[in-house]
Amino acid sequence: MSHPNPHSSYVHVVPLWVLCAVFAALLVFTALTVAATWFDLGGWNLILAMAIATVKAALVALYFMHLRYDNPFNALVFVAALVFVALFISLTLLDTLQYQPDIRSWQQAHPAD
Amino acid sequence: MSNLSPPEAHENSEHSAFLAHHFESHKQQFAAGKLGMWIFLLTEILLFGGVFCAYAVYRSNHPEIFEWAHRFLDKFLGAINTTVLIASSFTMAWAVRAAQKNQTRLCTVLLAVTLLGGCGFLGIKFVEYKSKWEEGLMVAHYFKPTPEALEHIKHLEADTAHLKSKPEEIPRNAGIFFSIYFCMTGLHGLHVIAGMSAIGWVLVRSAKGQFSSAYFGPVDYVGLYWHLVDLIWIYLFPLLYLIH
Repeated sequence: MSHPNPHSSYVHVVPLWVLCAVFAALLVFTALTVAATWFDLGGWNLILAMAIATVKAALVALYFMHLRYDNPFNALVFVAALVFVALFISLTLLDTLQYQPDIRSWQQAHPAD
Repeated sequence: MSNLSPPEAHENSEHSAFLAHHFESHKQQFAAGKLGMWIFLLTEILLFGGVFCAYAVYRSNHPEIFEWAHRFLDKFLGAINTTVLIASSFTMAWAVRAAQKNQTRLCTVLLAVTLLGGCGFLGIKFVEYKSKWEEGLMVAHYFKPTPEALEHIKHLEADTAHLKSKPEEIPRNAGIFFSIYFCMTGLHGLHVIAGMSAIGWVLVRSAKGQFSSAYFGPVDYVGLYWHLVDLIWIYLFPLLYLIH
């Protein structure tokens, strides 16, 4: 980035209209995710809700958190965190789903009071 | 030092009180600080990963508990709180921009508005927690809904007619939902308080006129933290309040 004068910023300054547009989009997606619960889409309701949340999260990360304009290494740190959380959750789920049948048969043998 | 470009030479000649000795320029100091902040945010994401993991395990194994118990949460208050947090994230991002452009007064005002947003969020959260306490909607085996609370969810039928569970049939271990609800929103609430403290700190420094287009790092780092708090709530809202 060039420095026309010493008082200009050495980072990308996000234009105000971009911040306003992202804010408006986040409000629209919030309304959408609430409205989506009025429709019965079966298992797709959860997937749709998570897809909308992910679009909102991406807008926050890219524009409010500057990742779109930043050193890509910072984005790599962020994505690495998400990858490890995904690994953590999926491996734990594999394990707990494995012994659910035992829990169910125990619960059937010991009905709640 | 003759190979330095004019702006960096200019910065060095200022001997800014806010440029640490071991950095060559404000730009280098900012880049280092920002990477440090992102690594801290990585540890925060992993911390929240723990509660999200608990949620995933219990919801996949006991969907009926989540479907039945989420009726006790107030969708309207949840949506209002989401909006409040998104608005405060917007004013925070704007405050960073103002600091970068030497708009010191605007930056101070926007930080104050962001802090107010945090207060609003916690205020609404307090109202929600208080009603959960009064209705006996507590964690694990302390989950003892009052007759009024059980009566209340029967009258939500218009909203919940599609749900497979019946309001009057309390599923086994229903308290698990509120254990997870209080862990997730409680941990998030603590982060809101921490974020508000950090915003208060940069607010005071901004009011003292310490930030400029050369030195605005702390506003930016605190902003990143506040946006992460917003980002986590963006997932908590549909996962807890909008179960279908």
